[in-house]
Amino acid sequence: MTQIIALFSAAIVFGTVILFGATGEILTEKSGNLNLGVPGIMYLGGIAGLVGAFFYESSAADPLPWVGVAVSLICSLAAAMLGGLIYSFLTITLRANQNVTGLTLTIFGSGVANFFGGSLQKLAGGVGQISVATTSSGYREVTGLADLGTVGNLLFSYGFLTYAAIVIAIAVSYFLKHTRSGLNLRAVGENPATADAAGINVTKNKYLATCIGAGISGLGGLYFVMDYTEGTWSNDGSIERLGWLAVALVIFAMWKSDKAIWGSYLFGVLFWMFLYLPGLTRASLELCKMLPYVVTIIVLIVVSMRKKRENQPPASLGLAYFREER
Amino acid sequence: MNTNCAVRMENINKTFGEVRANDGVNMEIRHGEILSLLGENGSGKTTLMNMLAGIYFPDDGQIFVEGREVFIRSPKDAIDLGIGMVHQHFKLVDVFTAAENIVLGMPGKVQLDRKQLSAEILEISEKYGFDIDPDKKIYDMSVSEKQTVEIIKVLYRGARILILDEPTAVLTPQETEKLFSVMRSMKEDGKSVVIITHKLHEVMAVSDRVAVLRKGEYIGDVATSGTSPLQLTEMMVGKAVSLNIDRPEPKDRVERISVQNLSVRDVEGIRKLQDVSFTAYGGEILGIAGISGCGQKELLEAIAGLQRAEHGSHIAYTDKNGEVHELIGKTPLEIEKLGVALSFVPEDRLGMGLVSDMDITDNMLLRSYQRGRGFFANRRYPRSVASEVVSELDVATPGLNTPVRELSGGNVQKVLVGREIALHPTVLMTAYAVRGLDINTSYTIYNLLTEQKMKGVAVIYVGEDLDVLLELCDRILVLCGGQVSGILDGRSATKEGVGLMMTQLGGDIHE
Repeated sequence: MTQIIALFSAAIVFGTVILFGATGEILTEKSGNLNLGVPGIMYLGGIAGLVGAFFYESSAADPLPWVGVAVSLICSLAAAMLGGLIYSFLTITLRANQNVTGLTLTIFGSGVANFFGGSLQKLAGGVGQISVATTSSGYREVTGLADLGTVGNLLFSYGFLTYAAIVIAIAVSYFLKHTRSGLNLRAVGENPATADAAGINVTKNKYLATCIGAGISGLGGLYFVMDYTEGTWSNDGSIERLGWLAVALVIFAMWKSDKAIWGSYLFGVLFWMFLYLPGLTRASLELCKMLPYVVTIIVLIVVSMRKKRENQPPASLGLAYFREER
Repeated sequence: MNTNCAVRMENINKTFGEVRANDGVNMEIRHGEILSLLGENGSGKTTLMNMLAGIYFPDDGQIFVEGREVFIRSPKDAIDLGIGMVHQHFKLVDVFTAAENIVLGMPGKVQLDRKQLSAEILEISEKYGFDIDPDKKIYDMSVSEKQTVEIIKVLYRGARILILDEPTAVLTPQETEKLFSVMRSMKEDGKSVVIITHKLHEVMAVSDRVAVLRKGEYIGDVATSGTSPLQLTEMMVGKAVSLNIDRPEPKDRVERISVQNLSVRDVEGIRKLQDVSFTAYGGEILGIAGISGCGQKELLEAIAGLQRAEHGSHIAYTDKNGEVHELIGKTPLEIEKLGVALSFVPEDRLGMGLVSDMDITDNMLLRSYQRGRGFFANRRYPRSVASEVVSELDVATPGLNTPVRELSGGNVQKVLVGREIALHPTVLMTAYAVRGLDINTSYTIYNLLTEQKMKGVAVIYVGEDLDVLLELCDRILVLCGGQVSGILDGRSATKEGVGLMMTQLGGDIHE
């Protein structure tokens, strides 16, 4: 029993990282922008939050957790949205190829993040790990509900970003399904010429969706740094791996952020299962870690076979729009 | 100027690169009228109207709406001015419902009240006599339903000026009639309706006034009651043309294709053709009539080897030497080599047959490269075919190296049909060869087909316009729901008779 709870807890923590990534990417892709820069944006969000918290903690005499949280949140959002803005400018205004731009952004983001991650370690004296313990504790603070035995342990023992991820995913889903602006945004992603003819500002919608989406994705990186690794940094590429999983989750959830919630936890369970399955060797352990991708492929196969139109990607995903094109 | 003017356009110019699409156009749209905007392909009708709809912005010139000068920079500006356009290629989001498409981009409460929206839509439908289900998804709709959604969309936005770009190109005669009655009730409601078309009998049937464009220039306007199709054609083309299709008697008829009990199912297992049997002869044009989607496409594709026929189907082809080949089981390439050519013009014109990003020469090469022996493609032959097609069919293009997508629709079709003819086939199948083409180009194509027929080619012509089928074809095969409803003699058949057989197997109701 404790093992199962431990697995689920690990899955939820893991899932939260990719849920942020996927929710942001769903919002972005619904506008027709295929931003493969998610891992890079998560990197940017993570490192910016860490840098912000680091400078706050090293300059303040007596750092407060909530100020650290606020500073790192703002830095993280700003950096991630800046990443989204770069992508938007290149693909929307200059109509550069989306795949190339996105992949470049991933390389750029991981480079920037690992460069500053290394610099921070140097600034901190160059010995071992840097740590922003105060800020991180602010992120990991739990309410009294966490003490409610098994239930509390399973449901209430996480930092606030875990719940924020769920709220944002539901909010994005509601926005897309039930509001006028959401309908307009989906129209932009499905058929920009139609949206344009209906008087919708295609460029504005794409910019907003991409930048806000990037901001949400960036929170995944922040959560990873502050909560998952408890305020430390390592140049091991794990954010990038999670970023690609987030992109896979978008497909798995069939571009519906409410479905991404349980999808992300399922990915978490599949990912951590190897710890709890007895008798795994080094080789079969790696096979086990592949499960989230295998499941995504299976979902893709099932979805393409069922051919339900609503489950397909936005029709103009990956295409630039130019009104006077003939 | 006339005070009764909803829109006045003065001295409008618009160029695309080298091409002058509109050259100093002056025209007006009056209140409560149905105006036909007539012109050949590439004469700038759609471009002109797109400038009213905010899709393009004029290079220079002025636009006045209700006497006030306006600048229409985007579709939103047009909507705000009460101008709505139904484009030839529908601008609808497939995965949305009718209601969602209609409300798209409209201001209002943050939350979408779907119930109230449906009520509003039904109210508009009742007022003008539409028939629509607001909750139906676009991808489940027929072409005519989609068009209805487009029109309601424009009306829902409170448009007082409606522009319909070739609305009847994809409709059946019955649907067209229904559309016309809707247009008339809109006119009675005080709205101005502009219909872009090149079907003369529709101009005569529905409009109050006709404005004619030719090569981007405004030729003039006439009251419909005071004009005739002949005069309009002259205005459009700039010279007198004969509106009769020359139909010489077939001579030396030879059996070319004999279809026996052809049955075809589509991928979903739905029966598209059932026990179709007929014979096509060299030296005659066999017309195929039917409501859209009743198996014409499948029939031609089965002959060309693109559709799998069911067990028991036979297609016998007799070649020039009198040898008989069974076509079923052969690949499209083998069938083509035997001399059977298919030119199919789909609804979007480019989808099948031509690659839009490739130039004319390369599109010719698509058909000829397999004949080359070496490793490298031979471009000399396709280039000579391309220049032949361009000069003989009078294709308007800056050059042979222009990507096909930059040509206007009519010129694209000339390239497509011309390429098939250049293969010198013994059987030439064309589907919707004149879809969306203006009169002059259509007649060029009819003449080409007749010419092929006189050369002894078996021509199979699938068409939408019954008048043309009756004038062009020697025999007419009528399909109804995938079955042969009857085969008529083209010279004695009547439009009503064919129409009945299209909707009722054998046209029994007549007897």
